[in-house]
Amino acid sequence: MNHVTAALRTAKVRLVVIGNGMAGMRTVEEILNRAPDKYDITVFGAEPRVNYNRIMLSPLLSGEKDFDEIVINTPEWYTENNIHLYSGDPVVKIDRDRKVVISKSGTETEYDQLLLATGSDPIIIPVPGHKLDGVVTFRDVDDVDTMLGAAAKGGPAVVIGGGLLGLEAAVGLQSRGMDVTVLHLAGHVMERQLDPSAGYLLAQELERRGITVITEADTAEIVGSEHVTGVRLKDGRMIPADLVVMAVGIRPNGRLAADAGVAVERGIVVDDVMTTSDPAIFAVGECVQHRGQCYGLVAPLFEMAKSLADHMAEIETDGYTGSVTSTKLKVTGVDVFSAGDFSGGGETEEIVFRDAGRGVYKRIVLEDGKIKGAVLYGDTSDGGWYFQLMKDGEDVTELRDTLAFGQAFAGGSAGNPLDAVAALPDDAEICGCNGVCKGSIVAAISEKSLTTLDEVKGHTKASASCGSCSGLVENLLAATLGGDYQAATVKPICTCTDHDHDSVRRLIIAKNLKSMPAVMQELEWKSSDGCHVCRPALNYYLLAAWPGEYVDHGASRFINERVHANIQKDGTYSVIPRMWGGLTNPRELRAIADVADKFEIPTVKVTGGQRIDLLGVKKEDLPAVWADLNAAGMVSGHAYGKSLRTVKSCVGQEWCRFGTQMSMGMAVELEKMTWGSWMPHKFKMAVSGCPRNCAEATIKDFGVVATDGGWDLHVGGNGGIHVRATDLLCKVTTDDEVKEYCGAFIQLYREEARYLERTAPWIERVGMKHVQERVVDDEANRKALFERFMISQKTAQIDPWAERASEGVDAHEFTPLSMVAAE
Amino acid sequence: MSNNLTWVVVGPAANIPQQGARTLQTETDRIAIFRTLDDQIFALLDRCPHKQGPLAQGIVHGHFVTCPLHNMVFSLETGEAQGPDDGCAAKVECQVIDGIVRVGLTELQAGLRHAG
Ligand SMILES: Cc1cc2nc3c(=O)[nH]c(=O)nc-3n(C[C@H](O)[C@H](O)[C@H](O)COP(=O)(O)OP(=O)(O)OC[C@H]3O[C@@H](n4cnc5c(N)ncnc54)[C@H](O)[C@@H]3O)c2cc1C
Ligand code: SF4
Ligand code: FES
Repeated sequence: MNHVTAALRTAKVRLVVIGNGMAGMRTVEEILNRAPDKYDITVFGAEPRVNYNRIMLSPLLSGEKDFDEIVINTPEWYTENNIHLYSGDPVVKIDRDRKVVISKSGTETEYDQLLLATGSDPIIIPVPGHKLDGVVTFRDVDDVDTMLGAAAKGGPAVVIGGGLLGLEAAVGLQSRGMDVTVLHLAGHVMERQLDPSAGYLLAQELERRGITVITEADTAEIVGSEHVTGVRLKDGRMIPADLVVMAVGIRPNGRLAADAGVAVERGIVVDDVMTTSDPAIFAVGECVQHRGQCYGLVAPLFEMAKSLADHMAEIETDGYTGSVTSTKLKVTGVDVFSAGDFSGGGETEEIVFRDAGRGVYKRIVLEDGKIKGAVLYGDTSDGGWYFQLMKDGEDVTELRDTLAFGQAFAGGSAGNPLDAVAALPDDAEICGCNGVCKGSIVAAISEKSLTTLDEVKGHTKASASCGSCSGLVENLLAATLGGDYQAATVKPICTCTDHDHDSVRRLIIAKNLKSMPAVMQELEWKSSDGCHVCRPALNYYLLAAWPGEYVDHGASRFINERVHANIQKDGTYSVIPRMWGGLTNPRELRAIADVADKFEIPTVKVTGGQRIDLLGVKKEDLPAVWADLNAAGMVSGHAYGKSLRTVKSCVGQEWCRFGTQMSMGMAVELEKMTWGSWMPHKFKMAVSGCPRNCAEATIKDFGVVATDGGWDLHVGGNGGIHVRATDLLCKVTTDDEVKEYCGAFIQLYREEARYLERTAPWIERVGMKHVQERVVDDEANRKALFERFMISQKTAQIDPWAERASEGVDAHEFTPLSMVAAE
Repeated sequence: MSNNLTWVVVGPAANIPQQGARTLQTETDRIAIFRTLDDQIFALLDRCPHKQGPLAQGIVHGHFVTCPLHNMVFSLETGEAQGPDDGCAAKVECQVIDGIVRVGLTELQAGLRHAG
């Protein structure tokens, strides 16, 4: 046994450091600066090398750096400073009674003071297969070596975890020639540092580089017999992999301390001078918990090191009081910055700035006039400035209006965002689609005395294509014309945006936007997650633009559509099962009666649309009510939705002595074809069997009236506050034509009307001629509309009741929380 | 505000949907517990001051909720109605520690009654 007794060598205080990493060695450096002769220092490191800059593992992986370049202290430094380094020899036990540490090789070393700097351990999710060959973490040089070995062979790699480390690993492996997929559990990458908007931009950039990012990806299993071959997700998807990197988080390493009876909670508990519950033992770095906080970045560790060195050198110190942190992603060409608590909370307000053209997103959270946090993407040049203002607790009320433009603007006296445009150089490109720069627009405005956006469009082509630069052009007009300029009066959807409904619809398609964050970023939304006015509209526009592709965003629907029942004034709900064409039978009626009895439903009413409404259902009862109705073969009547409601019918030729066509049959067919379709507003239909029109088809959105020779098709009727009779769309002869015109008309309405605009005001706005041209006169267009309608119906015709009653979809909606424990 | 709140654990914040809410029935009231997009948790009495609409069923946006009955918008932070509307929804104390939500109930809400 190699029994070192430091006391024999020196009369200095014997300091033993466990952990040869960034915090431990920085502390030693700080101590040497302050009191070079006070300590006799021995360092134990588990890794078989000198200490290096762990942050630089990412550049080491990507090949931007060599190991030599990331070494912090060379072997000579240890010798020169008389530090005894035991590398590759971890300490396995601390004996506090005898004040010795015991290493794996059996070395026993006595200490007067002990410093724990053991860092943290990467978390490994214990899914089946996590011990297979080819599964690594990303923490030290050995991990990087394993990854480089795998990368040399090429092939697919999976990174589990889309946080800071995971993304750096992904980019590193990708640049080494592997085919990388990132699996991330949360809804967007780096969710701890970034909000969904910035996360969206980042994921886009990664995809652009060829890295696949799958969010909401829950790993079920790592597959392989000896060596890993793939990763299976809980939803069944299989992603092939020769290498799996787990980068899902870290856990402070307090094992040694805890075993020795030192207080450890999440980390080793320390006070402001980094002293643990044992006065002879200090701790710094990721392994500690200070004022309830554990850190995973170097800046706080360095601050800890300073305070501890002061204390150990017996220099007066305020101690360590905790850190505000900021993070940047170290990926070349990707600018991401986040600092502080950007999530808000308390009495906060937010400033959101988006510049879709440059892919810039900035969000600054203010509280009491001070910056509380910030997220920047794309342009992070002002990150340091915001961070400083935040750390200093500077009051930024005066700067508020220009804060988002950064430090360069903050100095200026005029707090006017127009300055931003005015400051652009003449060759700055304003309209990307048509390549028009500021100079030519300004010249056109002055030379040709242009005063409106349309005129600028006409003369310069700027904003004549996708239109996303029209805001900038308007600012240029305002800046050039000064007080003479009157902005065009488009009515924005709400205060979250300057765009009106029509331009949002157009841009969603023009710019291929397929998610809520994509729309909000690219169209420069002024709030971080919209409001109750724009979100339901956007959700509809996305569904309408990308049927089958866009995933419905439940949180952007009103409660009626979320729970598929009508909320009533007392907070109970009403439920209307579908009765195709208004027909029912004894079995359905019996089931409805039974449900009403069983759930003590107080009111049963026949509606204006010939359906039966069960009123006064408690929310918790909804799934069970639906289950019973489903069991009798009935599905949701969508009576709550901006969707097809009912197709009313008369008894028609089936029974009526006047009837000339089968109106009940037609109503049933139309309802079966159109149910489940989401619309800008509610949509009602009716079919009458002769011109006596007993089904009142001429006050419906789409009305069908039988004639001797065929069918009259009517559109745009409305029985609401402003009663409107229909316009005649056309006359047709066959049943198939009725269906084709019906689908085509609905599709035109769905594609063109603004959200919450019923067919009547829509037709009055665009004119009946417009509708007829597209649906009647242009056969090819009609068929195309009809085809698009039928395609979107394929994914739309799913009974929402069945999903909720039997598959537990949105179960949280229907089960209240309960009190788990009281204190 | 009563200082003697009884803190009740209602489980992980993750059980509340993002941009959504769930309710908790106490002895005297129903409480709406909201989770915003930025993962903050707030609580209000589940009763709109306008006509008693169930706020938990509203659309959550930013740190606001829109009542499902007549679209009044309330701050989740203060309970204040926004814009031209007057009124204030009753705020309920709540906190999240290590991802676990706790709400502070008054003695009546918690069903505690002291004799004398
Ligand atoms: C790939 C990567 C990229 C990063 N990028 C950034 C970044 O950009 N910005 C940033 O601020 N931070 C970054 N970090 C985090 C930063 O590296 C850590 O916060 C910092 O290294 C922690 O310092 P530490 O001394 O507490 O722990 P470490 O540096 O991990 O040092 C602890 C050392 O203790 C050793 N040890 C543990 N137990 C024993 C034992 N029983 N006996 C002997 N030795 C032991 C370990 O082997 C290790 O060498 C990154 C980390 C990684 C892994
Ligand atoms: S509309 Fe004509 S067919 Fe239908 S019920 Fe009335 S009279 Fe009979
Ligand atoms: S009840 Fe809430 S707005 Fe009317």
